[in-house]
Amino acid sequence: MDSILTISNLTKKFGYLTAVNDLSFTINKGNVYGILGPNGSGKSTTLGIVLNVVNKTSGDFKWFDGNTTTHDALKKVGAIIERPNFYPYMTAVQNLKLVCKIKGVDESKIEEKLEIVGLLERKDSKFSTYSLGMKQRLAIASALLNDPEILILDEPTNGLDPQGIHQIREIIKQIASQGTTILLASHLLDEVEKVCSHVVVLRKGVNLYSGRVDEMISSHGFFELKCSNIEALVKVLENHPSFATIKVNEQLVTAFLNEPLKSETLNKLLFEKGIVLTHLVQRKESLEEQFLTLTNNQ
Amino acid sequence: MYRLLNIELHKLKHSRSSKILIITYFVLLTSIALVAAIKFDIGPIKFHLAEMGIFNFPYVWHFNSYISAIFKLFLAIVIVSMMSNEYSNKTIKQNLIDGLSKKEFILSKFYTVILLSLVSTLFLFTVSLVLGLIFSSYTEFSIIFSDLEYLLAFFVKLVGFFSFCLFLGILVKRSAFALGFLLVWQFIEGIVFGVLRWNTNPEIASTIMQFFPLNAMSNLIKEPFTRLSAVQSVANQIGEKFNFDYAIHWYEITIVIGWTALFIFLSYLLLKKRDL
Repeated sequence: MDSILTISNLTKKFGYLTAVNDLSFTINKGNVYGILGPNGSGKSTTLGIVLNVVNKTSGDFKWFDGNTTTHDALKKVGAIIERPNFYPYMTAVQNLKLVCKIKGVDESKIEEKLEIVGLLERKDSKFSTYSLGMKQRLAIASALLNDPEILILDEPTNGLDPQGIHQIREIIKQIASQGTTILLASHLLDEVEKVCSHVVVLRKGVNLYSGRVDEMISSHGFFELKCSNIEALVKVLENHPSFATIKVNEQLVTAFLNEPLKSETLNKLLFEKGIVLTHLVQRKESLEEQFLTLTNNQ
Repeated sequence: MYRLLNIELHKLKHSRSSKILIITYFVLLTSIALVAAIKFDIGPIKFHLAEMGIFNFPYVWHFNSYISAIFKLFLAIVIVSMMSNEYSNKTIKQNLIDGLSKKEFILSKFYTVILLSLVSTLFLFTVSLVLGLIFSSYTEFSIIFSDLEYLLAFFVKLVGFFSFCLFLGILVKRSAFALGFLLVWQFIEGIVFGVLRWNTNPEIASTIMQFFPLNAMSNLIKEPFTRLSAVQSVANQIGEKFNFDYAIHWYEITIVIGWTALFIFLSYLLLKKRDL
């Protein structure tokens, strides 16, 4: 698989503080990656380093095959970090024309990209008159101008209202569906869960996990059960080899699996033992639960 | 080079305040011509400045480049703000992310400085030539085109001064503070000169001071007033004799070019070292 970005042993220190600590991971073509981590975990610093605005302390990173200089590689990348930064006195079109000149691409794509983010009617308004949501959408249009090999988004929905968040997510999903590689940094887990196939989990600059979202922790999920005779139910479950831990919370029994087990098998087994369930749900841990498990364990 | 210049001009072209300042600057350059209109005609006292010989070739080159250099402050504001606004709008960050290298970023600003200085010099040349042709007593070809080194000095002076502004813009990141710093620096040079003069003698003091950036720039074109024949004849009558060296020396130009290179290099170093 073609690698787009390879980071090896990257470290960044701000005085005493180590913002990124010996970080390594690889971004391959065609996947949607999420960088997850609480605030201050080094997400933005890592992106800043690979985007040529923050100087690394040690380690290395290379774009594509490693034969292009960073600033030339960045012409094939679309990126927005933190807040959208444009010249307030220029209109959307004038700002995008400038980006075209920097990236060395033709100006013919401007209208098309403004259409994608729904800003075509306001294309001749000054940037300073835009709302935050519109600024963020203009930033996405600007990042798309060169039809990038990879789109890097750092907290793209930060500070937006629910409608704005929804619009941005729809745009991201639409771009992802066209096969563009995306790297999305966020502390919003449901956001990453909704769009990403792979994650890199950071805490205090250390890489806790990188890989597929669904393989993040080796878990077979759990059952949520209810019935009229809780004591009998718990007794049966405790004697069953497939269950690791059983938790009882008021009327709800949560049973964690240590090996795969189908819900119909369990249902049948319990019925045969004379227990009739009023509630049966089989679930996997959500990304949030997995994330908390991962960040608390270490 | 054309691409970098094009990028920077795009930024200037759409900024209203920069446009107004640049236009004001060139209007002021042209306004030297208005000096020609200064004319008193009160009964027996007749005074017409243009007839006093200030537009005589080759003196006009000296006089006009000295006066025009005063207006450079207007462009200095444009240059300081075109640098510091990149910081306050954080557009420098976006420029780098979009694929401009730090070196290209500095170069795009420096090319603009050179272009603005070049246009100013050409402008000055045209205005002075026209004024000279109208008012000068001598219009022989060889006299018209003598002493043109004042134009070179004017160009070097502008590039040096604007490079200083560029550097201050990067260093301080705020346009108002950068301009304030420029003023403070002028005072510092004045104070150092005073201290040196006090402790040594005027000659040693000016020998040392010629290496300070602002002093080196102002040394390039010396004041032209005492060179004017009308002033000299008045001075002769009251028994004074001026004996100044008005010429431009190669070492003075070298010092300013040295500062220019240093300012641009330091700007690049600062940008490279800094995390944005």
